[in-house]
Amino acid sequence: MALSQKTKETLLGPLSANNPVIVQILGICSALAVTVQLKPALVMSIAVTIIVAMSNVVISLIRNTIPMRIRIIVQLVVVAALVTLVSEVLKAFAYDVAVQLSVYIGLIITNCILMGRLEAFAMSNGVWDSFLDGLGNGLGYGIILVIVAFFRELLGSGTLMGFQVIPQWCYEHGYVNNGMMMMPAMALILVGCIIWVHRSVSDKK
Amino acid sequence: MEHAISLFVRSIFADNMIFAYFLGMCSYLAVSKNVKTSAGLGVAVTFVLLVTLPINYLLQVYVLGPNCLVEGVDLSYLSFIIFIAVIAAIVQIVEMVVERYSPSLYASLGIFLPLIAVNCAIMGCSLFMQQRVGLDATDPKAITSIGDSLMYALGSGIGWLMAICCLAGIREKMEYNDVPKPLQGLGITFITVGLMAMAFMCFSGINI
Repeated sequence: MALSQKTKETLLGPLSANNPVIVQILGICSALAVTVQLKPALVMSIAVTIIVAMSNVVISLIRNTIPMRIRIIVQLVVVAALVTLVSEVLKAFAYDVAVQLSVYIGLIITNCILMGRLEAFAMSNGVWDSFLDGLGNGLGYGIILVIVAFFRELLGSGTLMGFQVIPQWCYEHGYVNNGMMMMPAMALILVGCIIWVHRSVSDKK
Repeated sequence: MEHAISLFVRSIFADNMIFAYFLGMCSYLAVSKNVKTSAGLGVAVTFVLLVTLPINYLLQVYVLGPNCLVEGVDLSYLSFIIFIAVIAAIVQIVEMVVERYSPSLYASLGIFLPLIAVNCAIMGCSLFMQQRVGLDATDPKAITSIGDSLMYALGSGIGWLMAICCLAGIREKMEYNDVPKPLQGLGITFITVGLMAMAFMCFSGINI
């Protein structure tokens, strides 16, 4: 399927040049909190992508009937309903991950990416464009989550997705897991470093 | 009483909203450019917490919990929608009050005042409260009365206020530092917050 220039930009822009997490600084809270291991980070990215895309579609459909004064409350209710759905589905099919994510699933409601995209895009654009925009932003968010979680799990506990990656003989020769990586502080510093790398690469272009 | 004080101190230091749970990060990073605005936002957040948390506590205990309204019915799946509706309504009221009585604060907070509604710290506090209501009364984290929920809200709010004022102070000084160009602004702010979080980790072991 050939995509027009604008559609491509809507979908792929948020992946790097306009990334919601490291460029627009939206949705940091959950990005940092769920990245101790790769698995919850993946589940979280999928959940956020679905919710952003769906809520963009819903708001874009009803955008002409929402009174301006109460639009934030309307948006919040739409998002909250979707989050409730996702949270119930997770509890039913992936209970251990749902427990690990604890309150952060509920906090998708207050994830700034959602409100930001709803305000800035879905309120003034058509349904299909809004869907693509939501998808792109969700994926952009997911990429950062996966990168941070990859490093934190690899260096922090020597595993990936729960499987042992660093071989036993390394430990026998004195390799030690970096316990710091499991702490919340390192997530912040890692994101700082990602921003550093991203900026120095994109400045050179 | 002891329990309430312990809850209060723990929520400021050990369970600090920013450094332990990363809640309210977006406005935390965006507004902390100078101390005065930060303090204003911090007070607004504390106030909204103080009003919303007891309301949500009462709703959780008397409406949403298992067997509250109707025997055998657990309404807790509605909690997301109910909590966020309460928060959005309260924020709307606070916005009107601030606009009326302190136009300068209103102007400097700009878009972030309505965004308190989507500040994760407020919603997060309510969700943590929901988790803690079910805990055993001897657990230091348990919230068993409306007084406890007030103390928890006050502590979390003050912890957030303190964190944002600290960061704003550091960032005001950092203006004059020679930071590598790609790291300027956001990058270095993240690393600063990381280092502050590391310092706050030493509170996590305290037992009161």
